[in-house]
Amino acid sequence: MTAQSSPEVATIVRVRIPSPLRSYTGAAEVGVAVPLLAPELPPTIGGVLATIDGAYPGLRFRIVDEQGQIRPHIRLFVGNAATRDLGTPIASGEVLMIVAALSGG
Amino acid sequence: MARSPVAARKAPARQTRLLIATRKGLWSLASDVSRNGWKLSGPQFLGHIVHHAITDPRAPRLQLAAARTGHLGPTVFRSSDAGRTWKEAQRPPAFAHGSGRVVDHTFWLTPGHADEPGVFYAGTSPQGLFRSADAGATWEGIDGFNAHPQRKAWCGGDQEGTPDGAKLHSILVDPRDSKHLYIGMSGGGVFESVDGGADWRPLNRGVRADFMPEPSPEYGHDPHCVRFAGGNPDRLYQQNHCGIYRLDRPGDTWQEIGTSMPKSVGSVGFPLVVHPQDPDSLWVVPMDGTTVWPRTAPGGRPAVYRSRDGGKSWKRQDQGLPRSQAWWTVKRQAMTSDSRDPTGIYFGTTSGEVWGSRDEGRSFRCLARHLPQIYALECAAA
Repeated sequence: MTAQSSPEVATIVRVRIPSPLRSYTGAAEVGVAVPLLAPELPPTIGGVLATIDGAYPGLRFRIVDEQGQIRPHIRLFVGNAATRDLGTPIASGEVLMIVAALSGG
Repeated sequence: MARSPVAARKAPARQTRLLIATRKGLWSLASDVSRNGWKLSGPQFLGHIVHHAITDPRAPRLQLAAARTGHLGPTVFRSSDAGRTWKEAQRPPAFAHGSGRVVDHTFWLTPGHADEPGVFYAGTSPQGLFRSADAGATWEGIDGFNAHPQRKAWCGGDQEGTPDGAKLHSILVDPRDSKHLYIGMSGGGVFESVDGGADWRPLNRGVRADFMPEPSPEYGHDPHCVRFAGGNPDRLYQQNHCGIYRLDRPGDTWQEIGTSMPKSVGSVGFPLVVHPQDPDSLWVVPMDGTTVWPRTAPGGRPAVYRSRDGGKSWKRQDQGLPRSQAWWTVKRQAMTSDSRDPTGIYFGTTSGEVWGSRDEGRSFRCLARHLPQIYALECAAA
């Protein structure tokens, strides 16, 4: 399934969803069509999460707090590179992986 | 602002149903008419940390549950069919963008005034106050508290709280005046608003804060649980870190009423419940507040203490409870009473047991065991 926003001027990225968030998506991976504002401005992780929240309301707030910071036990990877910056660019065809870390009983 | 006592509650339900919020999900216990047989249902939200779950006395099929998980941020779920199905809030409690503050969890939920259907209040950790006017679908911060210039002085910084996080709790709405509110904060103290939350003033005179440099400060206290007396919202009871207190309005000086508790038991605890009609009747569950604060039943022998005279005297009630080697605690939301006659008294433990009495505490029996750590217990419409 694909979360769409202006698909004719959008970049398609894939997002891997951890099990704690699949109650929103119903799937382990979703495609996201992120609006492309200009050719020289690639979409960012923040744009991906905003788009995905439009399709699955509430998902973004569970992993990004009200000050725009990624929550403490959430990790994001673009490809193999970890990032905590929502401004990180992401290119068409790349994969954003959301990891939810938990320890203890 | 003198106010007269209010009328007793409406006709009691024929059954009792308890919502059990735990560290790992939500369960419910439903009684038969005699409150002798009980049936456990659940879990819902398995694996979610459910800090509080309540039913709406104005619309008994409406329920709210405050939840988060170990890794995911906080939210509120709503049910309009008595808990059969749930929907997530479209905008859960969250501080204003740019404030630098982050809600860790929603800790406390309170239905609004009877004349304001759909209104709810939420208290968070760290201390924040929120209001919903649409039955919990969307929540707005109450700026009169969250942005009050004195808030940081009252509460301290968000990182200065207790290990499980500083909490805003015990949101009380005067049944005669929707604009008249009380809140309790651990830490911070008890505060009052007479204008619907636009402004607040501390209400802690007479309450000890013997952990502070100044033992009688204006604020900075640690109320654990604050309740209206049954049938008389001009009286407040408070279980505090430093004892048990009563306040009779329009007075503004709390009277310590825990001093007649046995010295070997003390007057420290988390929960406090009241009789639904008798303003002189209340129950507490003492815990060990010595040395490093074990917060267990004193001596491993749990008991409820009841006063029938507004706190002048207390009677131990432990019939049916373990006689030894029981080291659990009852958290501040994890004790409640029903509106039956005689009143039922119920509490949930940190060891996952629910205990109940159908004779106002004269005898208890275990209604459920082996649940996760219980955070809150509330009566719902059966």
